[in-house]
Amino acid sequence: MALVEAVHLEKTYKTGEIETKAIRGVDFTIEPGSFVSFIGPSGSGKSTLLNLIGCLDPPTGGTLTVAGQNIRGLDRRQSADFRGRNIGFVFQDFNLIPVLTVYENVEYPLLMVRRVPPAERKKRVLELLEAVGMTDQVDKYPGQISGGQKQRVAVARALVTNARLVLADEPTANLDRETAGRIIRLMKKMRDEFKTTFIFSTHDPRVVNNAEIIFTIEDGTLRQNSHPEEGFHG
Amino acid sequence: MGNLIKIAALNLTRYKRRTLLTAMLITLGVMAVLLFVAVSGSFKALMVGQITDSMLGHFQIHRKGYVASIDNLPLNRNLNEQQVQKMKEILAAEPAVASYSLRIKLGAMFSNFSETTNIRLNAVLPEQEAETMPLLAGRILEGDQTGLLNRGEILIPELIAMGMKVKVGDTIVLVATNKEGSVNGQPFVVRGVLEGISGPGGRDGVIHLEDARTLLRMEGVEVSEIAVRLKDIALLPRVAGRIQSELEALTNREGKTVFEVHSWEKLSPFYNIAKMIDLMTFFIKIMLVAIVLVSIMNVMIMAVYERINEIGTIAAIGTRPNRIMALFVFEGFLLGVLGTLIGTGLSLAAIGILNRVRLTFDFGRQAGLVLAPTIGIADVATVILLVIAIAVIASLQPAFKAARMDPITALRHV
Repeated sequence: MALVEAVHLEKTYKTGEIETKAIRGVDFTIEPGSFVSFIGPSGSGKSTLLNLIGCLDPPTGGTLTVAGQNIRGLDRRQSADFRGRNIGFVFQDFNLIPVLTVYENVEYPLLMVRRVPPAERKKRVLELLEAVGMTDQVDKYPGQISGGQKQRVAVARALVTNARLVLADEPTANLDRETAGRIIRLMKKMRDEFKTTFIFSTHDPRVVNNAEIIFTIEDGTLRQNSHPEEGFHG
Repeated sequence: MGNLIKIAALNLTRYKRRTLLTAMLITLGVMAVLLFVAVSGSFKALMVGQITDSMLGHFQIHRKGYVASIDNLPLNRNLNEQQVQKMKEILAAEPAVASYSLRIKLGAMFSNFSETTNIRLNAVLPEQEAETMPLLAGRILEGDQTGLLNRGEILIPELIAMGMKVKVGDTIVLVATNKEGSVNGQPFVVRGVLEGISGPGGRDGVIHLEDARTLLRMEGVEVSEIAVRLKDIALLPRVAGRIQSELEALTNREGKTVFEVHSWEKLSPFYNIAKMIDLMTFFIKIMLVAIVLVSIMNVMIMAVYERINEIGTIAAIGTRPNRIMALFVFEGFLLGVLGTLIGTGLSLAAIGILNRVRLTFDFGRQAGLVLAPTIGIADVATVILLVIAIAVIASLQPAFKAARMDPITALRHV
């Protein structure tokens, strides 16, 4: 069974009388454990599609099923609960909470979203921090670590809830070449280790070249490329 | 909830200076209210104590119409023997009554054999009066305080003592007119000089009740007023009301009521000052509410505005809107608690210091009154709860805004 299935998916924004079709009836499926990249020029609809899959924005047409749940019609609270149970996020700007330590940032979803008991929480947080190679930085604050380390923490935070799907919007845009490569390899390793599906939106050829499935978006329509080389030649 | 409070507390440490400034503002507000309540409350209690415990008692009973013409000290409106007896029975049956004092109030001419002046007098039974007015003996500045006075003695107000150059042990003559218009004179020995205090009766002299009866050539029992002391002043409204309704049932042949009951509040102009103090306390509390409301709302609006992106992040990772709202409400709550605790601690310390320093002040003709501020647990609890409640209320709007924020819009915010 597909983890993500979109049928004639549409998203239209209305500003006054003006309608903008950001996603124009796209169909696609993503299987569990995939390493998928959405590519396309700015304004093509990559982020919109990620927001729809991430249950942050409701579709205006078609159906979108994520982890067996038709996400159309979920209210704010149901959407939040669904995201907390199934989806992890990795952001371009890392978006760590500055007053929390590395450990506390990773722990945050288990405290505030899933309410996991303390012993299990500690075990899970340390497991993830070890997986991303941050066990020696647990007491540091985001302001005290590098960009690459921040993104490692963000990956650990995304996976700590046993999310089935991690959405990463331009995860390497603010990282240097070497660090970006390490982050991508880390994500792939996490996919292999935790069987989590990773979906990226990116401009970065290093991410694209590591993707196993590439969807090209242009003007709200979608084309699937079978090989990374077809998707992007940076 | 513990985790929410912990994260809210950590959020307050982001801008330590701002948090401290806001907490200090609340601290100052709390201190202003608590110190004002303590100082004004002690002043009020001191004055009320003086009025009730050395002059008026907690309430008084007169014959109907006496208080309306009390400035003339009318002898023809005294209670007669039968009425006094009835009142004694009623007061004896009331368990809240600690004691009462029968008085004859009269005006007289005071002569030191070379000069003459007017004097207002309370004629009392010393044992009854001392029991009902426990602070009266303390007002005797010169002379023996023991037993108040004996027959043939007089306690004179200090203004008359100074003006007429009369000392303790001197003999003076009182000349009074009785209700039939007959004038009589009688010598008295000055037993003591009474400190004058503000309020009705505060500059009256005191003689023995039996001396007044002789001076006024009274036949049978006559009493101008009965001053009553309760075991607890808090019982005043209930007991005075009960006695009032009991007395209203007693009518004369024309069907009119015979007695009237007046609490100290109705007899003393200080009651209006006390009410003014209560009103000022109320307005100071309103100012405190405004300070807390504006400062916390301002800080929380800023906190939400500065953390829009972070709100988007925590919403995206699945934090429910109500938890986001609770997070910001707890921030306001903790800010209120911080300011209140510091303010309460400093206020109690300041009250302790003021009591140790024993500052004095003058009120009217009374000099050297000791300022001994005290504050009840109920007042402290009221202020603490008020401030914390207002802090939470002030946080609600910004917290609601944060909870309602669209995650995508918030995440795009730079």
